Amino acid sequence: MTAIIEIRDVRKRYDEGPPALDGLNLQVRAGEALAVLGPSGSGKSTLLNMIAGLDKPSEGAVTVDGLRVDRLGEAALARYRRERIGMVFQFFNLLDDLTAEDNVLLPAQLAGVPRARARARAAELLDQLGIARHARAFPGRLSGGERQRVAVARALMNRPPLLLADEPTGALDSASAADVRELLVDLNRNGQTILLVTHDTALAASSATRTIELMDGRISRDVQTVTR
Amino acid sequence: MSALGRVVRAGVGRRRVQTVVMTLTTMMAVTASVLAAGLLVTSQAPFDHAFAKQKGAHLTVQYDGSRVTAGQVAATAHVSGVTAAAGPFPVLSLRPHVGRNKSGMPLGDHLPPMTIVGRADPGGPVDDLDLTTGRWATGAGQVVLSDENAPFGIGDRMDFPDLPGGPSLTVVGLARSVGASAEAWVSPAELTALTAPGAVPAHQMLYRFAGAGTDAQITADRAAITAAVPPGSMTGAASYLKIRLAASRASATFVPFVITFGVLGLVMSILIIGVVVSGAVGAATRRIGVLKSLGFTPAQVVRAYVAQALIPATVGAVLGVISGNLLSIPVLSQAKSAYGTGGLTVAPWIDVAVPAVVLAAVAVTALVPALRAGRLRTVEAIAVGRTPRSGRGRAVRYLLGRLPLPRPVSLGLATPFARPARSATVAAAVAFGTIGITFGVGLALSLNAIQNGLNRRTPGTVVVSAFAFAPPAPGTDPATPLVKPAVKPAAIAAKISAQPGTRRYFSTGQTRVGVAGLAGRTTVIAYEGDSSWGSYQMVAGSWFHGRGQAVVPSGFLRTTGAHIGDTITLTEGGRSAPVRIVGEALDLREEGMVILTDDSSLTALRAPVLPESVEFAIDLKPGTDPRAYLDSLNAALRPLGITAATNSGRLSGTVVAMDTLAAMLTLMLLAVAGLGVLDTVVLDTRERVHDLGVLKALGMSPRQTVTMVITSVAGVGLLAGALGVPVGVALHDHVLPVMGDAAGTRFPAADIAVYDLPVLIPLVLGGLVIAAVGAFPPAGWAAHTRTATALRTE
Repeated sequence: MTAIIEIRDVRKRYDEGPPALDGLNLQVRAGEALAVLGPSGSGKSTLLNMIAGLDKPSEGAVTVDGLRVDRLGEAALARYRRERIGMVFQFFNLLDDLTAEDNVLLPAQLAGVPRARARARAAELLDQLGIARHARAFPGRLSGGERQRVAVARALMNRPPLLLADEPTGALDSASAADVRELLVDLNRNGQTILLVTHDTALAASSATRTIELMDGRISRDVQTVTR
Repeated sequence: MSALGRVVRAGVGRRRVQTVVMTLTTMMAVTASVLAAGLLVTSQAPFDHAFAKQKGAHLTVQYDGSRVTAGQVAATAHVSGVTAAAGPFPVLSLRPHVGRNKSGMPLGDHLPPMTIVGRADPGGPVDDLDLTTGRWATGAGQVVLSDENAPFGIGDRMDFPDLPGGPSLTVVGLARSVGASAEAWVSPAELTALTAPGAVPAHQMLYRFAGAGTDAQITADRAAITAAVPPGSMTGAASYLKIRLAASRASATFVPFVITFGVLGLVMSILIIGVVVSGAVGAATRRIGVLKSLGFTPAQVVRAYVAQALIPATVGAVLGVISGNLLSIPVLSQAKSAYGTGGLTVAPWIDVAVPAVVLAAVAVTALVPALRAGRLRTVEAIAVGRTPRSGRGRAVRYLLGRLPLPRPVSLGLATPFARPARSATVAAAVAFGTIGITFGVGLALSLNAIQNGLNRRTPGTVVVSAFAFAPPAPGTDPATPLVKPAVKPAAIAAKISAQPGTRRYFSTGQTRVGVAGLAGRTTVIAYEGDSSWGSYQMVAGSWFHGRGQAVVPSGFLRTTGAHIGDTITLTEGGRSAPVRIVGEALDLREEGMVILTDDSSLTALRAPVLPESVEFAIDLKPGTDPRAYLDSLNAALRPLGITAATNSGRLSGTVVAMDTLAAMLTLMLLAVAGLGVLDTVVLDTRERVHDLGVLKALGMSPRQTVTMVITSVAGVGLLAGALGVPVGVALHDHVLPVMGDAAGTRFPAADIAVYDLPVLIPLVLGGLVIAAVGAFPPAGWAAHTRTATALRTE
């Protein structure tokens, strides 16, 4: 299978401290569900930010879906985030003033997708993720698990080849967390490439097909866990 | 340092953007308020203030230099009642020609006679001149001109070809004498050099008296001085009371619009302070919750947050006082020109009172949200900063999301509904800005229309006067220019008629006759020839057509109580001639006490016009070169000893000063409105930075971000513009007649109705532009905020 993420000799240094990423090399193949584990300060979030184009490496190359992300300007990065990746955050990051449906629609609207097509896709996702009945609800009225489902639906709106998830169960109770775990497994089974940053080893064990562990900005362990 | 002190210091230091915004807002508000209050204060009796500051002369007296010595004149300083005196200064009245200049004046043109005084320096115990531009004339060939209606600028030259050696003076400075003691000043040595052989300069003496409040007191003072010099040696004396009357009228014309601008500036400043300070303190609610959780009492929290608002506000207030005073230099300089007075400065008490009031406003504005936050339960206070805002504006956001608009636009348009009070305040600030622009633009258009109307008093491309000045003959009074006998109008008319290129012409001449029911005599301007092409701008009615009809200015109608259609009777030597008033003309001369009529209306009175007052207005055939025509006509007129001149159209110094002042004040209001929007959007953007991070993470491009932020105020701006324009128009339509009233006239309706569609459309869009320009810098900041940082921000 082709590599959807290719990271070569990436180094990231903030100020004078030790590097957050220290000559990291990583390949992620399409269809994989990669869990990135590691203690706080190991470089997990920095790695996610590099892949999402939210931050640039001090050295090295980050290629996602054939695109050198580290070389993109602001406008191209925005386009990249719209078309190539979907992001799920620990605290959902839904816009409180928009309904669940409007939140889900946002990436398509920003990309200029025709309204009817966008609405059809949003309805399909809300239905698929079991939250169609909450389409008109504001996020404040939803449970944590439901909010995260809305966030996942939003991330998948533009059918990105890569789904990035940052501690997706970190703010959820155990029942909701299990719910989200199942959702991620289902998505991966259906071919969605996922990169998951987490402290939660249970989540990694159940949802990921491969796990890497970071320590001081380097990969200290790389384990293929499941083959789907 | 106490815990409270540390909290305040940390709050000010850590929240840098908020601190900068508060400082900037207070600075802008204090700057605008200092300017506005300065203008309002200086508009109260500006002449009296300037006159006192300049120690203006209560009486300016001229003595015949051949009849009284300088020592005798100097001795009059000790006459009883004189409290201060300056002089004697040598004085000449000379008629300069236009020399090399950068002011666009035609080289060689004759200028009216100019009173030139020899003064070694501009200071003194009386008439302490303000040197407004350049430096004092100390060397040979240098002159300082009065800055009121000075025809020249620095570096321009005036020639005196009629004097031996054809001397020339270069303008090195402009000065202002509130008492109008001279039109030009040179060094005493230069004045001697300008004196024709055998001529003796007059002496000018300037006096201040113990009692000079009334005409009677001035008359008594003058009599005392007259008694101290040889009989007949005093050739003229000018009381400051006449100048004061004229200046008061001029300044009264300005006061309505200066007050309008001042009040607008003050109201806007207060509004913006309110929205920014309450927003800034309100945004700190979560931190307040944290402080309370650490054991701070509500009172300590309130004190901390009021202090946190007051520290940057105090810095801003100090900076505002400095910038307000710096900006007041050009603004008050224009006000000074407008009021026809000497130097105006911001009163020291304004520099104290304005920041004090503004800081009090900041404290009160900060107190309200701080008290609210202080009273919140700790858990709530922490939650308010972190959890969703109230549900305000959700319905609008939902509906806008369904419109076929780009998503960044619909998101932006919905933003104001989330914070309706703040949006309303921003809308008010923009509306006041739009009112200011609308008013300022209308004022400029109206003033220019009025100026054009006033210029119609001297129509035609070329004008010819029937009299000429000549240099003083040896032994004659040099202060009085010699007027050659006037040339007979018929002779001039013949020359004009014979001139190729003449299309049409008429002449005017003045006489003074009685008007039944009015005391004294009234000036009549009698027209000979078809003047219909060169009529005055009419306020009402029509121009006269032939014998027995007359046109009068508004002042005449007001004084006499007459109306259009009434007949008035002109009288002279027991004879009378009725004339019917057919029109009301725009004319401010002689306070409007002038009658314009055909000269045939005066036939029965046998009241001939004064020969030296006769002027011809000439209209040229299309395609005629005015310069060539003028040369040719002057060649024809040379045997008569008179010259023709081009009618360049006069631009009133008052109108120029009004236009400039209005432009400056409009810019000030624009800047205040724009900064108000900027500060508010900065605050708003900071509050929404996390949402911005989310949107950017979802793929919102920098351009879409800018669009969303600008659209967030564009709707408010457009609405405020749409509301502000009619108010500005109404204000203009109210203030202009008040200004006219102060000037003693009505203005033609056409000069007031200046807001046609091509003017209105840009004005309505003005609110949008103010909002967009004010929002652009924070929009750019929002577009370039690092997404990862924004996402981490709570």
